[in-house]
Amino acid sequence: MTAVDLSAVPIPPAERSEGYWASVLRRLRRDPVAMAALAVILLLVLAAILAPYLAPADPFRGSMARRLRPVGTPGFPLGSDELGRDMLTRLMFGGRLSLFMGVTPVVLAFAIGSGIGIFAAYVGGWVNTVVMRIIDVFFAFPSVLLAIALSGALGAGILNSIVSLTVVFVPQIARIAEAVTTQTRNRDFVEAARISGASPLTIVRVHILGNVLGPIFVYATSLISVSMILSSGLSFLGLGVKPPEPEWGLMLNTLRTAIYNQPLVAALPGVMIFITSIAFNLFSDGLRGAMEVRQ
Amino acid sequence: MLLYALKRLIYVLPVAFGVSVVCFMLVHLAPGDPLTAIMPIDATAEQQAQMRAAYGFDKPLPVQYGIWLFKVLHGDLGASIASGRSVASEVGRAVGNSLILAALATLIGFGFGTFFGFVAGYFRGSLLDRLASLVSILGVSVPHYWLGMVMVIVFSALLGWLPSTGAGPGGSTAWAFDWEHIRYIILPAFTMSAIPMGIIARTVRALVSDILSQDFVQALRAKGMGEGAVFRHVVRNAAPTALAVMGLQLGYLLGGSILIETVFAWPGTGFLLNTAIFQRDLPLLQGTILVLALFFVGLNLIVDVLQSSLDPRIQRG
Repeated sequence: MTAVDLSAVPIPPAERSEGYWASVLRRLRRDPVAMAALAVILLLVLAAILAPYLAPADPFRGSMARRLRPVGTPGFPLGSDELGRDMLTRLMFGGRLSLFMGVTPVVLAFAIGSGIGIFAAYVGGWVNTVVMRIIDVFFAFPSVLLAIALSGALGAGILNSIVSLTVVFVPQIARIAEAVTTQTRNRDFVEAARISGASPLTIVRVHILGNVLGPIFVYATSLISVSMILSSGLSFLGLGVKPPEPEWGLMLNTLRTAIYNQPLVAALPGVMIFITSIAFNLFSDGLRGAMEVRQ
Repeated sequence: MLLYALKRLIYVLPVAFGVSVVCFMLVHLAPGDPLTAIMPIDATAEQQAQMRAAYGFDKPLPVQYGIWLFKVLHGDLGASIASGRSVASEVGRAVGNSLILAALATLIGFGFGTFFGFVAGYFRGSLLDRLASLVSILGVSVPHYWLGMVMVIVFSALLGWLPSTGAGPGGSTAWAFDWEHIRYIILPAFTMSAIPMGIIARTVRALVSDILSQDFVQALRAKGMGEGAVFRHVVRNAAPTALAVMGLQLGYLLGGSILIETVFAWPGTGFLLNTAIFQRDLPLLQGTILVLALFFVGLNLIVDVLQSSLDPRIQRG
């Protein structure tokens, strides 16, 4: 209740932004869908981190004699893959690379894209025009095409896949950051700060960042789902992780030959990508809902 | 109207120029140069230099770009390193197949998407709305290459109703409008339609519920207009934006079809890209991507101009 009372009285900006985040959290906690999505995400992350301790088998050791066992075989709760390796183990270990390679590009693009967008909007003038026109060029490529073009030219590999996807997301985040910052920059309190003698750095740090990072962050979270699908997609094409490393997209690719013998087992890695992607989408929607109420 | 179209066209030219620079630079992103990958290991330094000179890779980058752009503007996208065939004719042959698939998928997605969007927007907050919203969330979250595999598992492996890969009987790559060929396009087209369906459903739902809450709808109802006639007004107001989203989705699908084309071995541009990547055939990669990106730019321009002619309020500055 105190948080509600606080938001009604005018208080200095630094404290008010803290109250704002507290109220966002409170609203988010009341959203059952967003909380369920968050629980699923945490569960997936925990399973990935604790895979070496929890997984029942070795993710690399297989046996030709026990290839493509169906789901529910004793000793293979989720079956075994085309080289006789335990699917449950590989799905848990696969989460490590899949989540890492899906989330990292968005985190990097969030840092780089916000930097570019906020800088361009704050400086304004021809600098802004030039930066935004360059960004327009990247918007001329559908994201999937740009990701595949870049990683196709750079060659396969975990690092190249992360770099390609980061390049895909930087322009998208920069465009949002520029739009939000331009809006904020023209608000009265920024003008007031400038007149009262605040240095540009102080204005950006206190008045701009506090107001623009939230919306940019929400937009970035909505990209994680796309990033997961794309990064696994690159591995599915053979452009990301190399065998025998466990990764959901690559597992889906190597199991394609098994769709006639063990369709259920072959589809499992995709189910993991699907679940992760839905969870991030629902959580991002909930976060946006929780943040938009007061704007 | 014409003036606006011209203004957009002038704005698009620098973007197209930027696209050409990016596509040109793609080839030079990789370590070494495009010939490193295909050069015989035992080639002497002299032979290597000869080959570089033959392909023009010995000149400075801006000069290479100038020569390349000049050729591109004359319809010459170079020769494939792996097969030696002209890139322009390879892309030309593949782009038709991709276009048929992407267009059909967009139509299917648009049909289902507008249906779900209208239902959700009309009965906002109801169980139907939640169902439609669930469908659209699933549509945008699904890894479409996996959905493709599941479709193959269900309709080819388990039920045996439809063929799993290819574009026609006997590995034919030419498209024809007969049942033998249509059978092959059903699975990839429905798989591909999941993405635009989710996005169009979301857009239409927001549009419809926004239009329904406007004063003019209340005025129409107040003067005694029937629901059917009110519905027509809603459709006319939602159409420009919905059609624009559909147009953009066609571009996204055409550019993003590589994963689905790979799953279904569909002989389009995605399949061509796949070949180019694995043979490290960089001129083929570059040419295909240039054509697809320019197509996307052109489509954006057309959508923009059409949209503003349907609804003059949305002209971009």
